[in-house]
Amino acid sequence: MIYGFGLAKGMGVTLKALVGPSFTVQYPDRRVGIMGAAKAAGISTPSLLFKHPIKALRAVLGFEHIAVMPTQSSRFRGNDFTWYEDRCTGCASCAKYCPLGIIKIVTLPGGINMQEGESYAIETFDIDTGRCMFCALCVEACPYDALHMGSEFERSNYVRMDLVLTKEDLIAAPKHPSTWFRPQMEEAGYSPFAEALEDMKKAGRHETPTVDELTQTWVKDRRTDEVVED
Amino acid sequence: MPLKTEPITINVGPQHPSTHGVFRMRVTFDGEEVIDVEPIFGYLHRGSEKLAESRTYTQIVTLTDRMDYVASMTSNLSFILSVEKLSGIDPSPRGVWLRMIAAELQRIASHLVATGFFLQDLGTLGTPLIYMMRERETILELFERLCGARITNSYMRPGGVFMDAPDDFWPALDRFLADMPHRIDEYEDLISGNEIVAVRCDGVAVVDSQTLIDASITGPMLRASGIDWDLRNRQPYEYYDRVKFNRPLATASDNYARYIVRIHEMRESLGIIKQCLEQIEPGPVRPESVPFLIRPPAGDSYVGTESPKGELGFYLVSDGGVAPYRCKVRAPSLINLTLLREMLIGDKLADLFVTFGSIDINMGEVDR
Amino acid sequence: MPDPFDSILYQYVYCTLSSTDDVACVGSGLFGGGLLPGGLEWLAYVLTAVTIVAVLINAILGGVLMMIWGERRLLGRFQGRTGPNRWGPFGLLTPIADAVKTMFKEDVMPTVSDRLVFTAAPILMLFPALLIYAVLPFGAGTWLADINVALLFIIAIGGANVLAIVAAALGSGNRYAMFSAMRSVAMLISYEIPLVISLIGVLMLSGSLSLVAIVNAQTLPFFIVQPLGFFVFLVASMAELNRTPFDVAEAESEIVAGYMTDYSSMKFGLFFLSEFAATIATSGVITAVFLGGWHGFDPIPSQIWFIGKMVAVLAVIVWIRASWPRLRIDQIMNFAWKALFELTLINLVVSGILLLIWPSPSTTELWYMAGINWVVFLASIYIFGKVLGPKHDPVKAGNIQPDVTLSDSDAPALPTGGGD
Repeated sequence: MIYGFGLAKGMGVTLKALVGPSFTVQYPDRRVGIMGAAKAAGISTPSLLFKHPIKALRAVLGFEHIAVMPTQSSRFRGNDFTWYEDRCTGCASCAKYCPLGIIKIVTLPGGINMQEGESYAIETFDIDTGRCMFCALCVEACPYDALHMGSEFERSNYVRMDLVLTKEDLIAAPKHPSTWFRPQMEEAGYSPFAEALEDMKKAGRHETPTVDELTQTWVKDRRTDEVVED
Repeated sequence: MPLKTEPITINVGPQHPSTHGVFRMRVTFDGEEVIDVEPIFGYLHRGSEKLAESRTYTQIVTLTDRMDYVASMTSNLSFILSVEKLSGIDPSPRGVWLRMIAAELQRIASHLVATGFFLQDLGTLGTPLIYMMRERETILELFERLCGARITNSYMRPGGVFMDAPDDFWPALDRFLADMPHRIDEYEDLISGNEIVAVRCDGVAVVDSQTLIDASITGPMLRASGIDWDLRNRQPYEYYDRVKFNRPLATASDNYARYIVRIHEMRESLGIIKQCLEQIEPGPVRPESVPFLIRPPAGDSYVGTESPKGELGFYLVSDGGVAPYRCKVRAPSLINLTLLREMLIGDKLADLFVTFGSIDINMGEVDR
Repeated sequence: MPDPFDSILYQYVYCTLSSTDDVACVGSGLFGGGLLPGGLEWLAYVLTAVTIVAVLINAILGGVLMMIWGERRLLGRFQGRTGPNRWGPFGLLTPIADAVKTMFKEDVMPTVSDRLVFTAAPILMLFPALLIYAVLPFGAGTWLADINVALLFIIAIGGANVLAIVAAALGSGNRYAMFSAMRSVAMLISYEIPLVISLIGVLMLSGSLSLVAIVNAQTLPFFIVQPLGFFVFLVASMAELNRTPFDVAEAESEIVAGYMTDYSSMKFGLFFLSEFAATIATSGVITAVFLGGWHGFDPIPSQIWFIGKMVAVLAVIVWIRASWPRLRIDQIMNFAWKALFELTLINLVVSGILLLIWPSPSTTELWYMAGINWVVFLASIYIFGKVLGPKHDPVKAGNIQPDVTLSDSDAPALPTGGGD
């Protein structure tokens, strides 16, 4: 072994990194040079120079930037939740399986003059994401595929209370459910970054029944049940 | 007339750049030489073992993520194996292979962190660390594809894993396996032959193997002293008896040996993943019979597994309920730390942190 | 004494201001000269000095900002990252943002500190770094002062910053700082000697202590003629500057930030500034003494040549910082006394003998000397490496046995129990 050879070899490795590409992922935008700007605009570098000289100058000076989309996988457990009210029965499985007990569900109490299905109408559905650890056990526990992990992650906030997702927030939020524990979505090739999934029927794992089947089930259920007293 | 000197006592930590978390050492120096060390820990104590007594077995998986947070897959694995033994669950073969792939990837990631910060403590201004973080990032992205999270995975469930790997996972894994050997060669070029690393690490903090065995130290630290003790080979769990792998040993038992053993173990882990890929077959990843809420029969179980840091095991006692009656963690980080005082006394101040880094501890696991 | 009119800088500003009829001023100066009325030549002298010093100090500050940017950017690239690129084109305004942030931070003073010493230390630290620039020749005829003991001046001034380090450590009353100060002092004592002796070979060749004379003597750059001297000087000045691999005085993974641990705000900023200023100054000295100073080929101005060589030296220093770990303090001492000191003595003896053979060497004779010196350099580095280097190959000494496989394992019986 020649003394100093190892040191020189180490310097060679860093030199290789110097001339090689950088692996920094810039977010939310990326600074581009003149060639990158031309590529982003979809034209060749000389035509950028002639057609958009100001843009080319900005690119040379390093002021030009293009937006970068996040590169998460579709299973990414984001910092929010997607919830389909129509799928939820208020069974509170999610609240039961939450290790931290941060899901609060209040369903309407039974009473007179109730419409069908209303005895489980949901009054409160609060998730305190300020204390949530996004383990997604609630999603795993949901028997009706009503609750999904979201794909959002930019949820920093100045007020702690704003991190509590209420029922209204969940209804109003755009539906970008993560495919975590939802194999039916993966099979359908759904990506939360490409499109929103507003249709609650597509989010579920069950096949959509026809009207006939629904009627059959209805009649069958009524027959097997005991006398139903309102 | 001799010069009047007096020892200096410094509280190193809990807030110090090189204590790898919130660890504190009360060190007494005679000039640059360490004459006494008193390790003090418990700053990150969250009571995980007590919390586990009031949670169901599936919920405890999320606690194990947060014990060794740079190797949560192996923590998951160790806990799950103990639960499976306790409740007599026979795991699905595909789930087991997936768990092995995840655990070996995690071993590489953990060794990358260990070596990177060890070299950072040597004063390399982050260059090897950032190179290693680059590859760890690839592994974490693989984990994200697998289970949607990068650090706190919660990937494994009693009986297998919660969900099969997505289709885009396999080509990404192949790319990683093809790329990683060159990266390890790059680290070796940068560090292994470096004379400064050699003079800094050679013969520093030598512990003889008998002391290590007496202190029940396991993992790369023990293998760096020439003892062939790897639980993947000695007490094969999962399907480790169906894969062939070498166990790199070093005899010097100094800081350099601990470093080089980790580097070579990364190569072996790559080989294990390749063999797993050859043997894995389609099928369910979790038996349908395993309920979501497990009620194991009364009894106890312990499965020792080879985590990147040493022997990790969960001792579970069940009284037949949904939550364990007692959960005790045999944490390698804590036990490997017990020889710290013997290793440090007589060394220089600069070697304090290098030795500490070479043990590769994780405060989340030490304090639990 | 050298004529101040040797300096183009001086001549230019002075002739612009004064309405003297000195022959040196004919045809030089802006606006045809004579901004001040006759009889005020003394004022022109004073104003000239003030102007040049102001320009130089601002140039140093600008250079420091550029170096902070360059170092961060280069380090980023060496590590495969992008480096700062957000604020301004290519992140060029990042150091300005840094400076503004540093100024507006809270100035914390520890209760146990000695107020006077604590405050004086950063200022003490800055002066030596700035003073070195006074004698640096930045180009043909571009210097502030061409004193005939310039090298001696640099060596004397360059060692003074350790006083500031000790003052900072004593003033802040911090034990990490104390470690740092002790290490700095030990390193100064050890490395000042090889630093000085390594320059003697150059002095024998040039016959002068003046940097301008040394640059003029370099028909062949002295790093070719004096490889051993160059090597020792580079290593020793990196140790003086506390740069990697000798940065034990501010080893952030060991003693937090060393003597700067308790400093914040602009006091910390001054330390930072003086450290970078000293690095640039030392690279200037290396350029002037060993790399041929402002000499280059013609269309490019001599000042650009000088600054280009300086930047190259700085880049090498940053490259080393990006690649190597840090040495331990006792190994640094060993290296100084057991290797560098002897190497300088060898260099001294060999240079003396060669100068006996060729008393006033021409360029061809300098090439002969260079050949002999390179042979001596490589041979002595090899021998010293063999004697003082790592005693055994650590890759082999690690005794990795990759051939141990499952099949040929002679595992002892498993311990019983353990939950089975």
